[in-house]
Order: sequence, then C-alpha cells, then structure tokens
Amino acid sequence: MPAQPTILLLDDDQDFLDLYREMLGQHLPSMPEVRVANSGTRALSILESEQFNLLIADLSMSKMDGLQVLTIARRKFPHLRLVVLTGIRDEQFRTRAYALGVDQYWLKPETEQEMGLFMESMESLISRESQEGFRGVQSKGLVDIIQLECLSQSSCVLKITNGMTEGRIFIQSGEVFDAELPGLTSEPAFQRILAWKTGSFETLPADPSRVRTIFSSYQGLLLNTAQAIDEAASFDEQPAAPSGDSGTPAPVQNSRAASLLAEVSQMEGVEFVLALGREKNQTQEFWGLDNPKPISEFTKETLDNFRALGERLHVGDLQQITGQGLQHKVAVAPCGNSDICVGFPAAVSQEHLRDSFKSILSKWAS
Amino acid sequence: MGILSRLFKTAEPGLVHLPSGSFTVDKEGATITSTLPQSFPSGHRDAISQQVMASFRAARRAHMPLNEIVIQYSALKLLARELGEGAIVFLMPQSLNQQSAVKIKKSP
Repeated sequence: MPAQPTILLLDDDQDFLDLYREMLGQHLPSMPEVRVANSGTRALSILESEQFNLLIADLSMSKMDGLQVLTIARRKFPHLRLVVLTGIRDEQFRTRAYALGVDQYWLKPETEQEMGLFMESMESLISRESQEGFRGVQSKGLVDIIQLECLSQSSCVLKITNGMTEGRIFIQSGEVFDAELPGLTSEPAFQRILAWKTGSFETLPADPSRVRTIFSSYQGLLLNTAQAIDEAASFDEQPAAPSGDSGTPAPVQNSRAASLLAEVSQMEGVEFVLALGREKNQTQEFWGLDNPKPISEFTKETLDNFRALGERLHVGDLQQITGQGLQHKVAVAPCGNSDICVGFPAAVSQEHLRDSFKSILSKWAS
Repeated sequence: MGILSRLFKTAEPGLVHLPSGSFTVDKEGATITSTLPQSFPSGHRDAISQQVMASFRAARRAHMPLNEIVIQYSALKLLARELGEGAIVFLMPQSLNQQSAVKIKKSP
C-alpha cells in the first residue's frame, strides 16, 4: 500500500467531487491523495490500475449504481475499505450496503458538526493499515483481544460471529471461564472459536452466573490452542490420498475431515453430510450417502445459481438455503472454502434443523 | 435521428428498491401473477423464478424432491413453494433493525 493514503471518490455530481476532493485532500491530518471518478465504470478502471486505501461512493448514479460498484469492488479488492456517502435516507439501502461488506454508511453531511464527524471517521479508516482481523477492534486478532481483556482483569462476554455461527467466550476477572458454540462448550469450543481467521465480535456484559468449566490460565489456554491450530494446519498440508480409478473423489481424504464427519454423524436427526471443496480440484467428503454424485450436483448447482442471483440483486452474501420435501429436509450453505449439504428426515422440526446445521457449520468452519 | 434517439432514449436502470411481495410462475418460470410493484425490474423477477425452478428440478434429479425452498441472503429472504407445476415466490427484504431484533429476542 502506498505511504501516502489514497482515496477514490465516486459520485456523478462534479460539484460534489470538487468540494470533497478539496475537503479530504487538504483537511484530513494524513493529507491523502484524492482521486475522483464520475461513473462506476471509471471508478472500477481506476481501481484496476492503482492501489487505494479507501473508496467513497455515492449510491444513486445512472448507468451503474453504487451497489453494483460496491459488489464488484468488494469481490475484486477485498482489502479496500468501502464507504457509502449518499443523500438517500433509506433503511433498505443501508442494510444492503452493509450486507455487501461496506465499512461505513454515511448520509451526506448537512451541518458543520456532521462534516466534522465524517472527516474524523475517514481519517480513522485510512489510518488503519491492517488488512485482517476482527471487525469491532480492527487491526487486532482474536488472541490480542482476549489478552487485552484478561490483562485488564475484565469481566465480560465476547460474542464472536463467523458467518452464520455465533460463539461466546466468558471472561470473569481476567480469567477465561467458559466458551460455547452450538453443540460445543468449554475448551473445545474455545479452540474452535480461536481457529476462526475472520469474523466480527462484540463485547457483552459479564454473566456472573456462568459456571466455570475452564480452569487453565489464559496464557496456557492460548498456548494450547495455538498448538492445536498448528497441528490441524499441518494435517491439512499433508497430500491427500489419491482418488479412486473411477474418477470419483475418495471419501474422507484426511483424518481431520474423518473425525468431523464421525462427530456430525452422531448428531440427532442427521441423515447425511456432504462437503464439497470449491476449488478447481474439488475434493468431496461425505457420510451417509451411497452415491454422493446427485447430491453433490444439486449442492453445487443450487449454491452457484443463488450466489449469482445474490450478486445480481445486491443483497449480500448467500447465507444458507433450506428445503423441505415429503421425505426429507435439506440445508446447504457455503462454509469457508467448502459448500456443505446436510440431509435430515422430514419429521425434524425447523428449529432442530436450524440448530443442528449451525452447529455443523461451526465445526466445519473451524 | 439524433433528436429521436434523445427523445426516446430508454430509461437507464437506477437504484432498485427491493419490494416485499410475491409472484407466481408456471413450470417454465414465466410470471402468471404478481403483487410486486412495476418499478421492480421484470428481469430481476425472471432471474429469481428461473433459479427457483432450476433448484426444484435439481432436487428432483438428486432423488430428493422438495416442495419448499428458503433462500437466506444477508439482506433478503426468498421463500419459494411449489404449486402444481409452477411455484409461488415470496420476497422478504431484511433490515438491520429486523436482524438485531431477532437476535435480541433469542438472547436469554
């Protein structure tokens, strides 16, 4: 990333561009270089040729609207910070913009005070260099956050969300007391949560009634977890077993996947599970299926189609699809680099399906 | 010609508001009835119905026929129910407030 921060400003109103170029370029403490574009296509071609820290985009523009630009920018430039600056007061557009992954949504400032807040906020955004980490405290990993809380002897609950999965870490007087995920508690849940590479988190008030299930010191706990994550990573790096002669990928190609499948197969009501790698050389792991091919085709086709539809409608990430028939219920969802499909009997309640599927996704995400 | 093309220039697609509503389609995905406003582009509606019908077909091919599919995006929920040889599709835009309300309700 260049030393001098760079901002790309997109709006179809030339007066607005001139005004904001001057405001941002001359009045922000970091003195960023501000480039402007008066159309979505122009903005995207500038983004292709130069690196930027921040894109500030209007929503309402002719030809290519702001949501379209943001969808493409988020996909092509995942590390670029995105801000919407618009005159549209509409809750739905705000929701959709956040669903597409924008960092902030601003209504065009109308008072000096609002302008001051906007400028401060832009300065804060471009001064953050780190590309990874948990939203909520940017530039920090989850380990840093836990260390901070424990060192300051805090009592709180950290709620961490990764896709559809929500985990909680309970901290009491600077000690990790307990952790929970759907279907998992204590140290295994803590380890799973820490294996997540990205997500968002928020700090909730402490829960003094929580029963302590973790008795290791937080340093020991973090050390054990780091070791477990390293071991799991080295497992994954081992070359996979060759596929069968028929061209069908061999089921359960590594022991981590095997143990996950074994765990999932014990869950009440689960009829089958299939995990499909999304890379070119698709790997396939399954349990409970004699012939995984038809389900695998259904999973891939359905998720690919609805992902494309989501991009077209600008409605954010596809979170999950559930279906029910006379004999089966099924749930499919993207999960990390895999697509997961889980089958349930028709008699299973929607609530049970939702909870079980969440739990399976959280196991897989870790 | 220049004047004519200016006079009859087709409207450029603007920012599309996602409506709440429903529509029914036949087995080919052609719309039969709709409660969606006319401002919602028919292209979007057709794209939804085509994907929905394709999913019902894909499920049948996988020997797992489905009569209802719920598709959850961050900002939109689609519910499609099979009706004879067609389907009815409901569009339910999700708002941030709605999502937080659900989460608050669920917490103990």
